[in-house]
Amino acid sequence: MSIRHSLLSLLAEGDRHGYQLRQEFEGRTGGTWPVNIGQVYTTLGRLCRDGLAEEVGKQDDGSVTYRITPAGKAEVDTWWTSPVTRAAPDRDETSIKVALAVSSPGVDVLAVLETEREETLRALQAYTRAKTRIPDHPTGGELARLLVLDQQIFTAEAQARWLDHCEQRLAATQGSVR
Amino acid sequence: MTGQTAGDLLRMTDAGRVHHAGTPAEVHALRSFSLAVAPGELVAVMGPSGSGKSTVLHLAGGLDVPTSGEVVLDGVSLGGLSVRKRAALRRRAVGYVFQDLNLVPALTAVENVMLPRELDGVATSTARTEALAALEEVDVADLADRFPEELSGGQQQRVAIARALVGPRRLVLADEPTGALDSLAGEAVMKVLRARVDAGAAGLLVTHDAQHAAWADRVVRLRDGFVVGTTGDLVHGVGRAPAGVVGDVAGGQR
Repeated sequence: MSIRHSLLSLLAEGDRHGYQLRQEFEGRTGGTWPVNIGQVYTTLGRLCRDGLAEEVGKQDDGSVTYRITPAGKAEVDTWWTSPVTRAAPDRDETSIKVALAVSSPGVDVLAVLETEREETLRALQAYTRAKTRIPDHPTGGELARLLVLDQQIFTAEAQARWLDHCEQRLAATQGSVR
Repeated sequence: MTGQTAGDLLRMTDAGRVHHAGTPAEVHALRSFSLAVAPGELVAVMGPSGSGKSTVLHLAGGLDVPTSGEVVLDGVSLGGLSVRKRAALRRRAVGYVFQDLNLVPALTAVENVMLPRELDGVATSTARTEALAALEEVDVADLADRFPEELSGGQQQRVAIARALVGPRRLVLADEPTGALDSLAGEAVMKVLRARVDAGAAGLLVTHDAQHAAWADRVVRLRDGFVVGTTGDLVHGVGRAPAGVVGDVAGGQR
């Protein structure tokens, strides 16, 4: 996940302090991906090193204001207009576990699938409950949170469908008539 | 989850359904299925086709009777009833929402919702007042005088939910109610169903869609007539399906 581009896109909206960037990033992504302040300052340091942002002042309390450079603006534009690469998907522990279960002697694959499916359904229930707490016509941060929750719901649903599919494929492979 | 049973609108105990018993074509559509649904609860039943989920709905609604075990609807056991009494209980206690073809095309929305109450023998004016209140509860009171063909799919399903729960009815049985809808309309229908249940109805939902099942308090999964998993207790305070049953099915080779 590109914290770098996310922070840069926020800087493109105006000068910010580090703690403002952190607050804004978390608020606008529905609080789904907490970042620690150290991560924010490390990233800002790299952005300055790479000429994409610069320090433009220091307040009495020591907090530094950052500003995006023209090169940084170009970088953000490129980010918005190019797709996120899907070539190297994140390692998914469920997929790895199921893949290993199929070839591990003494492991009941169907039981593994069922355990994962129950957990997936529980997660779906939790996301859905969270969604019911968002008002009918959300704006701003609430709308962002709703969209992120929707994404988590669709991903969990895809997981549930894949687990069903695994079960059917296993049954077909083992020669049961369906 | 109190373990109290008196308030359950639906209680199925070891319910089984065998077709063509004793012949080579014998099919166990459902095996020893137990489930209780209380007011304020929405339970979803999932499973592939042929898993027994439609059988659960048919038995729960008194459209079919179990060949073993018991089904108690609103405190009355269906087993001992004549066909006629069973039909009367069904009409009094249960409302249905199907995937489509829910509404009578020649009647307006409010007339569709009035229909079950008029069959109950309630005066037309009373039926109309109740129907308008039911439509209000699903946020489509302004569409009361429209015909089904003038309503979107999602609006039709809201009217169907209103009709299922009009008057004294408190148990709604829903069979893929979001099946023909796009994702936002489907979500809106689930929200309405959830809200009606939160207001004191009980709901049993059959679906193959995990996203919609997730609106339920408990999700029960069936395969080949067996319960293979659940996200909560099937019967309050009694505990989940015996591990042996789950294990047998998980073994797979029947």
